[in-house]
Amino acid sequence: MATSIELTQAARDPMIPVPYVVERFLRETNDTFSLELEPFDPTYELAFRPGQFNMLYVFGVGEVPISISGDATDTKRLVHTTREVGVVTRAMRNLKAGHTIGARGPFGTSWPMEEAKGHDVVLVAGGIGLAPLRPALYWILRNRDEYGKVVLLYGTRSPEDILYSKELAKWRSQFDLEVHITVDRATTEWRGNVGVVTKLVGRAPFDPTDTVAMVCGPEIMMRFAVEELTKRGVAEANIYVSMERNMKCGVGLCGHCQLRGEFVCKDGPVYRYDLIEPLFVEREL
Amino acid sequence: MTDLYPIIRSQEFFKEFSEEDVHEVAGCATNIVLHPGQYVFREGEPANHFYLVRHGKVSLELLLPGRGVVVVETIEEGEPLGWSWLIPPYRWHFAARCDTLLRAIALDGECLRNKCEANPKLGYHLMLRMAQMMESRLQASILRMLDVYGDKH
Ligand SMILES: Cc1cc2nc3c(=O)[nH]c(=O)nc-3n(C[C@H](O)[C@H](O)[C@H](O)COP(=O)(O)OP(=O)(O)OC[C@H]3O[C@@H](n4cnc5c(N)ncnc54)[C@H](O)[C@@H]3O)c2cc1C
Ligand code: FES
Repeated sequence: MATSIELTQAARDPMIPVPYVVERFLRETNDTFSLELEPFDPTYELAFRPGQFNMLYVFGVGEVPISISGDATDTKRLVHTTREVGVVTRAMRNLKAGHTIGARGPFGTSWPMEEAKGHDVVLVAGGIGLAPLRPALYWILRNRDEYGKVVLLYGTRSPEDILYSKELAKWRSQFDLEVHITVDRATTEWRGNVGVVTKLVGRAPFDPTDTVAMVCGPEIMMRFAVEELTKRGVAEANIYVSMERNMKCGVGLCGHCQLRGEFVCKDGPVYRYDLIEPLFVEREL
Repeated sequence: MTDLYPIIRSQEFFKEFSEEDVHEVAGCATNIVLHPGQYVFREGEPANHFYLVRHGKVSLELLLPGRGVVVVETIEEGEPLGWSWLIPPYRWHFAARCDTLLRAIALDGECLRNKCEANPKLGYHLMLRMAQMMESRLQASILRMLDVYGDKH
């Protein structure tokens, strides 16, 4: 096993994964799970900003970029929420408490927690997109006085696909946070909203002229969400989106994630919308 | 009959209509109140009205053979409900059930159609508004059809 010095050295080299132990495996929904990880080296201090991601390495299988979904003030425990879609994420799903996983990072840009201070904040999440936004919400709730109205708009496929349902229930009961959830389809037992998340933007309680919006989800959903936000009067420069591209190195070396001159791993994944808009449009051609 | 002009005037849907046009529309309007569980309309029934939800929530339901009843959309305060009154054969394709107490303005479809025929300017504005509503529902349907959360994220 690696010594603590070796681990510290490894941590300094962004290409070498730091080993972590799976402390807890949490099934979130049918196809989504969270892993709570602790570094092998107990002296290893974690630090990340909301919106950043790690390259998670399932030994012998492969490496994938996954956003950090835990609390940025927790320096001992790393949380990642993952939806099972293919080879690596399936292998991750099979990890159990005590198993080992590697992580490189944290990488990339973060949500504009400083810029949003003093303003209303609207978080628009679609599907697994709630995971990268959760650290931003934890951050705001810890520093609640520094922000204006805070609204979370969350859309997902069906009531069974709702992530973090217990936490959402708790947040919904808080007077200093507005939480609106909608699903694409439901049976008559569901008492909540049915419809796309973008529809919630129109009637959410925030001042569009004094709002910072953070949007995360499938790109097409983000496009429609941005459209609704601008229709409501939110300036494009106050809207932030998180982009996803296939990645390999995660540190701007391999060019895998390149979009024109942008390295999404390094210059993103969180972008101010007015700066990334041409790329959104370009993909439409 | 109470003049529903002030209520219709305050609805987002008619925000950009002239005073004159809103008065015309008000001539087709009645106020309705329904209780939770009651149906505003049912699938296959004649579509005689167009509704504006003033208070409450309505679920649009569809019966899928073998799967039961699914809710395809919820309509809330400030939103319009139904366009089948506009398009022959004027029949509802969905059922609309009240989830809560519902207060709504019901606009008589035939009355509206006649007013549109007689006053093409009003007709144009109303069609434009209906088209906007249909466009946003169509966009929403496309998003859902793509099943974006189930496929890529
Ligand atoms: C910056 C960043 C942050 C991310 N954060 C998260 C996160 O927090 N949680 C999470 O679950 N995922 C996240 N992803 C997506 C995740 O990286 C991919 O789902 C993963 O790489 C798929 O690897 P795989 O080996 O399991 O699938 P593969 O075997 O590579 O692919 C299997 C199937 O999944 C599809 N697929 C591949 N990539 C994606 C993708 N990005 N989205 C959807 N389908 C895909 C492929 O087209 C293929 O059909 C993030 C991606 C980026 C770039
Ligand atoms: S993943 Fe290698 S440059 Fe971005």
